[in-house]
Amino acid sequence: MALRQCAIYGKGGIGKSTTTQNLVAGLAELGKKVMIVGCDPKADSTRLILHAKAQNSIMEMAANAGSVEDLELEDVMKVGYRDIKCVESGGPEPGVGCAGRGVITAINFLEEEGAYEEDLDFVFYDVLGDVVCGGFAMPIRENKAQEIYIVCSGEMMAMYAANNIAKGIVKYANSGGVRLAGLICNSRNTAREDELIMELARQLGTTMIHFVPRDNVVQRAEIRRMTVIEYEPTAKQAQEYRDLATKIINNKNFVIPTPITMDELEELLMGFGIMEAEDESIVGKTAAEEAVAVAA
Amino acid sequence: MSNLTREETEALIAEVLEVYPEKAQKDRAKHLAVNDQSVEQSKKCITSNRKSLPGVMTIRGCAYAGSKGVVWGPIKDMIHISHGPVGCGQYSRAGRRNYYVGVTGVNTFGTMNFTSDFQEKDIVFGGDKKLAKIINEIEALFPLHKGISVQSECPIGLIGDDIEAVSKKGAVELNKPVVPVRCEGFRGVSQSLGHHIANDSIRDWVFGRDGKDVKQEFVPGPYDVSIIGDYNIGGDAWSSRILLEEMGLRVVAQWSGDGTLAEIELTPKVKLNLIHCYRSMNYIARHMEEKYNIPWIEYNFFGPTKIAESLRAIAAHFDDTIKAGAEAVIAKYQPMVDAIVGKYKARLEGKRVMLYVGGLRPRHVIGSYEDLGMEVVGTGYEFGHNDDYDRTIKEMGNATLLYDDVTGFEFEEFVKRVKPDLIGSGIKEKYIFQKMGVPFRQMHSWDYSGPYHGYDGFAIFARDMDMTINNPCWKKMEAPWLKKPEAEELAKAA
Repeated sequence: MALRQCAIYGKGGIGKSTTTQNLVAGLAELGKKVMIVGCDPKADSTRLILHAKAQNSIMEMAANAGSVEDLELEDVMKVGYRDIKCVESGGPEPGVGCAGRGVITAINFLEEEGAYEEDLDFVFYDVLGDVVCGGFAMPIRENKAQEIYIVCSGEMMAMYAANNIAKGIVKYANSGGVRLAGLICNSRNTAREDELIMELARQLGTTMIHFVPRDNVVQRAEIRRMTVIEYEPTAKQAQEYRDLATKIINNKNFVIPTPITMDELEELLMGFGIMEAEDESIVGKTAAEEAVAVAA
Repeated sequence: MSNLTREETEALIAEVLEVYPEKAQKDRAKHLAVNDQSVEQSKKCITSNRKSLPGVMTIRGCAYAGSKGVVWGPIKDMIHISHGPVGCGQYSRAGRRNYYVGVTGVNTFGTMNFTSDFQEKDIVFGGDKKLAKIINEIEALFPLHKGISVQSECPIGLIGDDIEAVSKKGAVELNKPVVPVRCEGFRGVSQSLGHHIANDSIRDWVFGRDGKDVKQEFVPGPYDVSIIGDYNIGGDAWSSRILLEEMGLRVVAQWSGDGTLAEIELTPKVKLNLIHCYRSMNYIARHMEEKYNIPWIEYNFFGPTKIAESLRAIAAHFDDTIKAGAEAVIAKYQPMVDAIVGKYKARLEGKRVMLYVGGLRPRHVIGSYEDLGMEVVGTGYEFGHNDDYDRTIKEMGNATLLYDDVTGFEFEEFVKRVKPDLIGSGIKEKYIFQKMGVPFRQMHSWDYSGPYHGYDGFAIFARDMDMTINNPCWKKMEAPWLKKPEAEELAKAA
């Protein structure tokens, strides 16, 4: 089987890292050989696989060693649950330096060191919430990830972010082979969430590949720095991640997305009662002004 | 070839513009003009200080070049860190020939390259810690330095390093000025913005220290002046300074050729600021005028006519002693001028020159050529503004060519048609024109000669122009096997 490279994007805090690691655990259970590349300076994309606080990152070790050329692949690659290979790009603390350059340097290093030449079925890039600069788009440039999965929920900002990420994919889809492969709904238990995300997926030209319900077992496993599949294989939630893994293995629906306009998105949200119709008469009015208007 | 008429020059510009695509043509047309001395404001005929077109060969530099290379670099007792990857500092190292007196590596540092040599990890994790360490290492290794400037290269602005905070801390620890300069190369359209940024950083980070670094008590005198905008290329400031001193003035500071931090800090106490390179240092002169009430005048020490004019204009700001001093200086050097002109004028009379340089030279050196009987038929600025062209129109003859930020193509075409006897421009143009068979002087660093300022400089200038134009090599441009047998040789053989 040819190597499939997938990138996981989505709004910050939506559960990208948790979903990725649980899903990858599901793939490993099905016998797939997988590598996770964390592309976030926080370096928390592999902790559930390695049972570690935070893996030593490529950039951190490169800084200590002098330069990235001084590192060997085995220095930076750790092997965790069911032989899942783990790498973190790492980067600076908030407010200094250039985290985007860190991602570029780290991925170039992995390529040069032949990390992708090993016997792998899947590589998953877990990318920081917002694609703030070119560095965080690195995983979806030419010859890197071909499939993008967007994690979202029925909340307005999560859907807004999903639509923006789709816009970014269009840009790179035209110059390379990157495609949108589906939305993963990580449920927040909002009303009619599954229908809403299915409708958003339809409008973006893709599908909701799986609806992951909310379950506290995920948090219980996380406290133990484990995936649900490892912590409690018989849990209902473990089966959800296995289903997601199976769907991804069988997924052939790769599209150039059709992002929607802000108006269309608002219309969709209003249709589901998440947003109320805008009242133009209150725009720019202070509370004091409104009180006067009411009194009059 | 006789000079072109106004109509011919206009036709030449139109012909050169012909090859450009429409949009480029429209843009470049604004930067090319036929000189008309009756025009008062240059903005009516030429546009300058705009972004260069992509795809053309422009000769401009960047903001870092303007700050580190021009303004800050020559201050000899400070250490200027090229902050960023190694290339910017190394490839600009000592190339400008700003002469200075001192023991390099001990109390002066002009020809050395100090750089933070950025690596990937410095980009990713930021370079502030490294900068702080460099500042401490400089203090330990070169204790006689008087201060540090941090010259930002492009990445510093991109990754958002806080060099101001590091510099402030360093200045307190060292009790010396540490000056952060935000001269990232991508800022502005040319080196010109770098000059401005550098001027402003002196204002904010050196003047702001209120003379804290001047150890001895300075007693101001009635004849104190400063030389501003002379970078002592090949010793220019030295051959200028002696004239001012001989007429009775006291030169307190040289900005910044062979200059020191103490001189910079004392400048707010002078009576008059003398500006040679207006383009790169008018900003600080205007600031001193506003803040310290110090008047400033522009002067020109290229060629005896302009020197005499300038000496008298400078003297007009002082009492009769100085006025008499100026006349004495002019009289003293007159025999020398007569000898130079006597020797070279006959060899150079009527020769036509095209210039394309930076700063003050496109207009300031015209007088030197004219004193030798030569004529400047085309000139232009790499990074001038319209106030430069305002000052140029009157210096140039009618119907001569003005070209702003000239492109490689335009310059070559103009030269082919105007057929000057000499071109004065930079190192990138030199070999192209020499291969075309046109005598050339590199007028950025005086072609490794100089000084050209003052009377002493004029003697060297005249000699250099003569040996370039009248060099026998220009008669040897044709390959021997292409030569037609000459009639006289045939006659000789017979």
